[in-house]
Amino acid sequence: MTRPLVRPARKNPILRTRLPTLPPGLRSRVALGLTAAAARGRFELQVCRDCATVQYPPREACCACLSRRLDWRIVDDGGELVSETTLRHSHELFFRERMPWRLGLVKLDCGPLAVAHLHGDCAPPPSRVRVRLHLDRAGQAALVALPDKDTLHMADDRQLREMTCDPKFRKVLVTDAKTPLGQALVEAVVAAGADLVWAGHAEPWKKPPGFERLASLAEVSLVPLDLTNSRAVTVLAGEIGGRVDILINTADYHRNFGIAARDGVETARAEMDINYFGLLRLAQEFAPAMRARGADGQSSAVAWVNVLSIFALSNFPPHGTYSASKAAALSLAQCLRAELAPSGVRVINVFPGPIDDDWNQTLPPPKIAPARLAADIIAALRSGAEDVYPGDIAQDWLERWRDNPKALERELAALPHQ
Amino acid sequence: MSSTRATYDDIVVACPTTVPYVRYSIHGAHWFLAGALAELLHSAGLSKDRLDGLCVSSFTLAPDTAVGLTQHLGLTLRWLDHIPMGGACGIVALRRAARAVQSGDADAVACVAGDTNHTHSFRLNLATFSQFARDAVYPYGSGGANASFAFLTAYYMRTYGVTREDFGKICVAQRANALQFPHALMKKPLTLDAYLNARVIADPLRLFDCVMPCAGADAFLVLRRGAAETLGLPYARILATIERHNAFPDDPIQYRGGWALDRDELYAQAGVGPGDIDVLATYDDYPVISLMQIEDLGFCQKGDGADFIRRASLTADGSFPLNTSGGQLSAGQAGAAGGFLGLVEIVRQVTGRSLGAKVPGARLGLASGFGMINYDRGLCSGAAILAAGS
Repeated sequence: MTRPLVRPARKNPILRTRLPTLPPGLRSRVALGLTAAAARGRFELQVCRDCATVQYPPREACCACLSRRLDWRIVDDGGELVSETTLRHSHELFFRERMPWRLGLVKLDCGPLAVAHLHGDCAPPPSRVRVRLHLDRAGQAALVALPDKDTLHMADDRQLREMTCDPKFRKVLVTDAKTPLGQALVEAVVAAGADLVWAGHAEPWKKPPGFERLASLAEVSLVPLDLTNSRAVTVLAGEIGGRVDILINTADYHRNFGIAARDGVETARAEMDINYFGLLRLAQEFAPAMRARGADGQSSAVAWVNVLSIFALSNFPPHGTYSASKAAALSLAQCLRAELAPSGVRVINVFPGPIDDDWNQTLPPPKIAPARLAADIIAALRSGAEDVYPGDIAQDWLERWRDNPKALERELAALPHQ
Repeated sequence: MSSTRATYDDIVVACPTTVPYVRYSIHGAHWFLAGALAELLHSAGLSKDRLDGLCVSSFTLAPDTAVGLTQHLGLTLRWLDHIPMGGACGIVALRRAARAVQSGDADAVACVAGDTNHTHSFRLNLATFSQFARDAVYPYGSGGANASFAFLTAYYMRTYGVTREDFGKICVAQRANALQFPHALMKKPLTLDAYLNARVIADPLRLFDCVMPCAGADAFLVLRRGAAETLGLPYARILATIERHNAFPDDPIQYRGGWALDRDELYAQAGVGPGDIDVLATYDDYPVISLMQIEDLGFCQKGDGADFIRRASLTADGSFPLNTSGGQLSAGQAGAAGGFLGLVEIVRQVTGRSLGAKVPGARLGLASGFGMINYDRGLCSGAAILAAGS
């Protein structure tokens, strides 16, 4: 059984912080289909459209009938562990620094044979396992074999923790803790076992309901943070930047309307100032220190979460300028992901549908509750995914967008403007 | 049963050649291949202008292939092949070259295999060994072949009751053979105790289960019997050969290889049985694979390998002489030359020209090849039965 993690000792300041190394990240283009599935937390393999044979490793043609029509589909994740080994020697630094490393050979129920990272709680072969797709520290898909049934403290498994961003015993900055989502997240992160939560707040004179109670939690520390103020961001990064393990950017400026219903650019500029430039300011000040701490022991810097919007994928004209600011933020987040990749720090982009808050008051349900969104973000941190679409609306729009982005554009344009 | 295979008539193998192995080298693969070719031509008494066929195997020749080697070494040839089949390349080169000479496409084919070994080349080769390895094996712990063979070894032990002591017997006997082979990299005796207590590499594999990558080259010459006699060369006759690729793809783990499919044809073509073989060279990058070949080549039933080797003595002077030059486990694995080492040793033994331990009265030898862990298993298998020349 996995031994539960213990709170890490205070870092010895005379020891050098180990530089991040990564597992091998080179993949063929066809194998990136696996990464695309892992990014969404799905277990997909290629399935032959003509003979239904499931394929692995990823390939260009069916090994049963030579058809080249292979589709990525969700498949059965059960399997039998056929053999196992524990590596004590590796050719790559990443694993060399993390020996021993347990591997399994799994005969999947859906057909193929898979080499997989093997969770410590899996029984010796022959035994039943479940296989998941996780992004590893290189940001590429990796198969992880888990015990057939959940075990106590299984998230604390040393190898699994190298592929997740679990908040347990980590230090977390929530950039705007005053919004309903911000408050729900601070609470959820504390409940998930975070060591310390820095709760950012921009306007000290505003006291929204519930915030006082939150501020009184032992793990929570209020920090002034106004993302429109470059100087303020710099000052805070100087104070806590070198200790932030997980940064969750909840800061959001949301106003309704598109182009014709409003004069001037001031509202759009304010949206951009928080949603786009705010992210840029944060990234410039906080990313360098996180990049340096990607391998800083059990509680290394590990994730940067952007709360975007499903409107980032395709413009929602009733909230047209807001959609544009979120699309800009998405594009910048991709850049940030690329720049953080060498450190193994994962950028998780969250694309919720309309949140059940004041600025979406006039939108019809379903709307996602802040507490539910917060729970989904914690789940994403504990999983191996990097793109998260919480709530029914987000899932519905995503499906439409993946199926036919032009059709979704027309569908959104046809909605009544309000 | 496929159509009847033509015999090899009077096609023979001569001039077994080894460029001494070294752990690391600053030279390129061309340096080792050229050395093997020069040594082979010297021992054959041939000038390089007389050579009209060449067959090359190497992992570290890139960006060149055999074609580039012709210009690099100033060879004008009418027959050329490049065989990227790792541990099966010796057997496959022999098969290709023999048919080329038999058909008259070439008079003499030099088969050479070799690699250099820079301090980083083994890791780089592993990282990009194949598309499947790069996508679905190397990112998992980056243990290379050790991890793949650890799976097979663990399975074999669990399923067939093979013990570490059984594998140790193979390794210890091969080390004893290697101590007499001048080119073997391993120069110190190995005890069973040292084998059993060596450091763990990938459970259940320990240090002496794993070959040492090194640089070096091996070669042999395929020609007509008449030509060999004119040149005054000792030679071995080719009685039978087989090769197979991606055998038993539906086995959930590799516990048998292509030999199990083809051995009946092998022995039928040679007109001999396993009991007639005087000396065996298995491909031995890990002892489990030697055991698998002993079973699949019919020396005993599947699953009886451990019992078989418990009853046998495996040194050159023993009841079942195995890898008499020390095999890769004790001589070293010089890249693709590992696919030649056993075949070259069999030619030496049946022609009575062993450089080290001699198998008394050896007239019939079997060399076996196994190669290319493309994903989870070795895909290529092959074997050849060679007989003393006269």
